[in-house]
Amino acid sequence: MSERTLMDGNRATAEGAIAGGCRYFFGYPITPQSHIPERMSLRLPEVGGVYLQAESEVAAINMCYGAAACGAKVMTTSSSPGISLMQEGISYMYGAELPCVIVNMVRGGPGLGNIAAAQSDYWLSTRGGGHGDGQMITFAPWSIQEVYDLTYESFDIALKYRAPVSLLGDAILAQMMEPVQERKPLDAALSQTDWGIGGERHGREKNVITSIYIQPRALEELNHRLYARYAQAAREETRWAELGAEDPEILVCAYGIAARICQTGLELAAAAGVKARLLRPISLFPFPTAPIREWSEKVRKILVVELSMGQFVEDVRLAVEGRCPVEFSGHTGGVVHTPEEVAGVLGNL
Amino acid sequence: MIDTLETMDDAGLELVYTVPACMEPVPMRLCPGCTHPIAHRLCAEIVDELGIADRAVLISSVGCSVFANEFFRLDGAQAAHGRAPAVATGVKRVHPENIVFTYQGDGDLASIGLAETIHAAARGEDITIAFINNGIYGMTRGQMAPTTLLGHKTTTSPYGRSAEDTGYPLDVCALLQTLPGVAFLARESLHAPKYVRRAKRSLKKAFQCQIEGKGFSLVEMLSTCPSCWHMEPLEAFERIEKEVIPQYPLGVFVEK
Repeated sequence: MSERTLMDGNRATAEGAIAGGCRYFFGYPITPQSHIPERMSLRLPEVGGVYLQAESEVAAINMCYGAAACGAKVMTTSSSPGISLMQEGISYMYGAELPCVIVNMVRGGPGLGNIAAAQSDYWLSTRGGGHGDGQMITFAPWSIQEVYDLTYESFDIALKYRAPVSLLGDAILAQMMEPVQERKPLDAALSQTDWGIGGERHGREKNVITSIYIQPRALEELNHRLYARYAQAAREETRWAELGAEDPEILVCAYGIAARICQTGLELAAAAGVKARLLRPISLFPFPTAPIREWSEKVRKILVVELSMGQFVEDVRLAVEGRCPVEFSGHTGGVVHTPEEVAGVLGNL
Repeated sequence: MIDTLETMDDAGLELVYTVPACMEPVPMRLCPGCTHPIAHRLCAEIVDELGIADRAVLISSVGCSVFANEFFRLDGAQAAHGRAPAVATGVKRVHPENIVFTYQGDGDLASIGLAETIHAAARGEDITIAFINNGIYGMTRGQMAPTTLLGHKTTTSPYGRSAEDTGYPLDVCALLQTLPGVAFLARESLHAPKYVRRAKRSLKKAFQCQIEGKGFSLVEMLSTCPSCWHMEPLEAFERIEKEVIPQYPLGVFVEK
């Protein structure tokens, strides 16, 4: 096995981005992810990139909009309150069909909340991205290797769909350290697109990046174009992983750090004779509807474990469509399940 | 418009004044007597004269400037309300060789986008801002702006703007002129030909500043909004001379 490097999720985000070809970063400090801009401010000048600390998250996302309009691989990172401030810019990005990677190391909300781990921005990311009819391709890593890998791959996915791509981490994944296998650097050059602005035009027709469509039918057409891309993403980017009993009575659905906790919870429950299987979505939008639907016809119950009052559970229920009962175990505000608690809930189902 | 020009040519008339090469020969979606088209044209003439049409990028904003990209044969992007300096920053950092300019009104620049404006200036961001100040929100049909003069009746100051309730008109040039990142800063007016010529000189210097990499440049242009001021165009021009310039004195405040 080749050499691996011990790093936390913040550093893995920065290193995954640089290896993925990201050369432009605009951001604003906020706990628990300030180590990402710090790392980018150190590393980007080394690879000929540009780091700029914006005056606010509002400015940061709009700087990303400008860089993305040039076909650059660009990223911003923040945590929940900062992501709230970026919603306007994200909506403009959908509307203008711009690729960008947006990492949210989620913290407890609402309001200023706290700086502990939470998953309460599920709706904000998968439904949100501000006003209008867009949705956001969203990935949810559960390990530091996966933080690195998903960040690394997201730039090309954003370019493929001409759309913002979001990664949902949390305060634990931001700071937890694990060994990471780094990957071969991807192309960092500006993408050769037929839509990018800037550079020397040499007489080519002008390109304009815009989200204004005054004629209702033209705007409807844009939204259909976006949804055709989401349909393609559902075919090509839907990711999930499963582990546990081959013939389960209970299917546990959890993502990100909650899934990691459930992994140990399932082991404890298995020792007590509970036959359970974990299905963890890696992509939250597009959502792995098909495998959850399939299991819902075979298991007695589904348990959703999530660090919120119940957001992700709604997508599970939509996938299940009443085929079996869906139970919910949630903590919120930065409180995190223990594996013993998960095992206890499983034992009582 | 093209047809008319061709007809003139057929008649053997000499064409001495036409659409600048970097402008689209399309009708502008602006009201009669509005000075936006003059400001548009000045930007276009300067881009042509400086020979930078192949590398100029226009960032339009929200307000009556929202359609600006339709009128220019230039690469461009349409920015969210107030965010044009941030978008321009993103473009300029990717393409330092491009000449990146924003075109923004006073509601956009002096109200919702004041932070983006001041911080772009503080960074000495190498961009140029054409700032149109008509003291009102024109596109939304005449609400009070931070630049609205005291006593001016608008749809949201129906009794006239009072300092007691809403403070005083915001002088953007005064705010910016102490910042070391600012390389060129001027306030001009578009209400009469001699002022238009002055405005063009300042705007051209602002673009030249960027070409020479000297830093942030901004030219404020006092403008009319006959539709929302509820005036005939000529009355609106007179108002600039009599009421607006005394509040917003013209001048070149920074030139490096």
